[in-house]
Amino acid sequence: MITKRIIPCLDVKDGRVVKGVNFQGLADVSSSVELGKYYSSCGADELVFYDITASSEGRKLFTDILKEVASTIFIPLTVGGGINTLDDFDRVLKCGADKVSVNSGAIKNPDLIGQASKRYGNQCVVLSVDAKRVDGTFKVFAKGGRENTGLDAIDWIKRGVDNGAGEIVLNSIDTDGVKGGFDLEMLDAVCSVVSVPVIASGGAGNQEHFVELFKKLPKVDAGLAASIFHFGEVKIKDLKQTLKNNGIPVRI
Amino acid sequence: MIAIVDYGVGNLFSLVSSFKAIGVNAIATSDKEVIEKAEKIILPGVGAFGDASEKLFSSGLAQVVIDQAKKGKPLLGICLGMQLLFDKSLEHGEYKGLSLISGEIRPIKEVIPANYKIPHIGWNALNFKGEKNEIFKYLNEGDFVYFVHSYYGANCDCVTATADYGAPLTASVAKNNVYGCQFHPEKSGDVGLKILKAFCEI
Repeated sequence: MITKRIIPCLDVKDGRVVKGVNFQGLADVSSSVELGKYYSSCGADELVFYDITASSEGRKLFTDILKEVASTIFIPLTVGGGINTLDDFDRVLKCGADKVSVNSGAIKNPDLIGQASKRYGNQCVVLSVDAKRVDGTFKVFAKGGRENTGLDAIDWIKRGVDNGAGEIVLNSIDTDGVKGGFDLEMLDAVCSVVSVPVIASGGAGNQEHFVELFKKLPKVDAGLAASIFHFGEVKIKDLKQTLKNNGIPVRI
Repeated sequence: MIAIVDYGVGNLFSLVSSFKAIGVNAIATSDKEVIEKAEKIILPGVGAFGDASEKLFSSGLAQVVIDQAKKGKPLLGICLGMQLLFDKSLEHGEYKGLSLISGEIRPIKEVIPANYKIPHIGWNALNFKGEKNEIFKYLNEGDFVYFVHSYYGANCDCVTATADYGAPLTASVAKNNVYGCQFHPEKSGDVGLKILKAFCEI
């Protein structure tokens, strides 16, 4: 049986992981390689590296780091952040990324998903969407959640999948950072219209939130989080054991 | 030395790195002589069967791989590379494979329940079939490996492991010196590296 995936997301700026991470036994908590190894050894099923660098020199550092991570950690790697063109896909795939996540790049150029999936296959293209409730509907937000694009999130995701997106990361701005649990209502709405894997993001504060997610929405394939893993509030090893104890299939 | 056949399909970075991680010299190459001299051959691949098959045959590398396999050199096909070992594929038409493993590649939607997602993507457990194959000598039944595929090996009498996705899907095949994995050992963590190590030790 296919297992539910637990995915930590690491923000990388100029080649270094940002957000303080306080793990014992890690010499350099801002080293992508060290953290990647740590997560991989804890049982993370996949790693997402999000490049929040602005400059092109920073992007070069990021690809160097990515190469180093990809040559030491042998689990799937997804890369996002600043992906606007096919050249951007090429740049990170050549450094060992397995999947590439697009967000604003696809909003600016909706053809990007189709072009990329044709060249690299649907399995390689992840559509990441930041969505928020506005007047009773889910809207797509851009620029890190600051700008309402006016796009209906459900339509946008359907279109993305039709164009070749092989996976969806749905980040609910409404639940993000609140630590009150995933946005089950929004996730359910998305899961009922697409047949590709859906990765839930935004809102996890404890292990129970993951149990609730997979129990109530068996169609959700994976849970993604950042700070709760980085700050050790939820330990991936313990989380997977809890999921297993609750009858949810996980890789242990 | 291990030759990873580079016929212009997919990214070989992780594969090369994973051999490096287990201390084995492996090079990605499209040079026929290098492949002929290698101790073992890896046939990788991602993407569509038709395109890959066309590239493999038109470059002449298909014949090199077939000849070497028939001489008894260990060959491991990975993902689409495993599918290429079969007689043919029905992915978007009908395309010929290397016919080193009997059977054909068919859409998984023909055998899985309608509510299962396609592709079959993620970590799934290996269920060994028959005697444990030598490339699994360091593994235990139920170890997890990483899959990404929408087609599977059908009508094959050389299946060595399956993965349950509402139906038992072909996870690996073997016939004499020819081996194939539908999953990605180079993306399956320590379990995957153990498979590559065992293959290198054949």
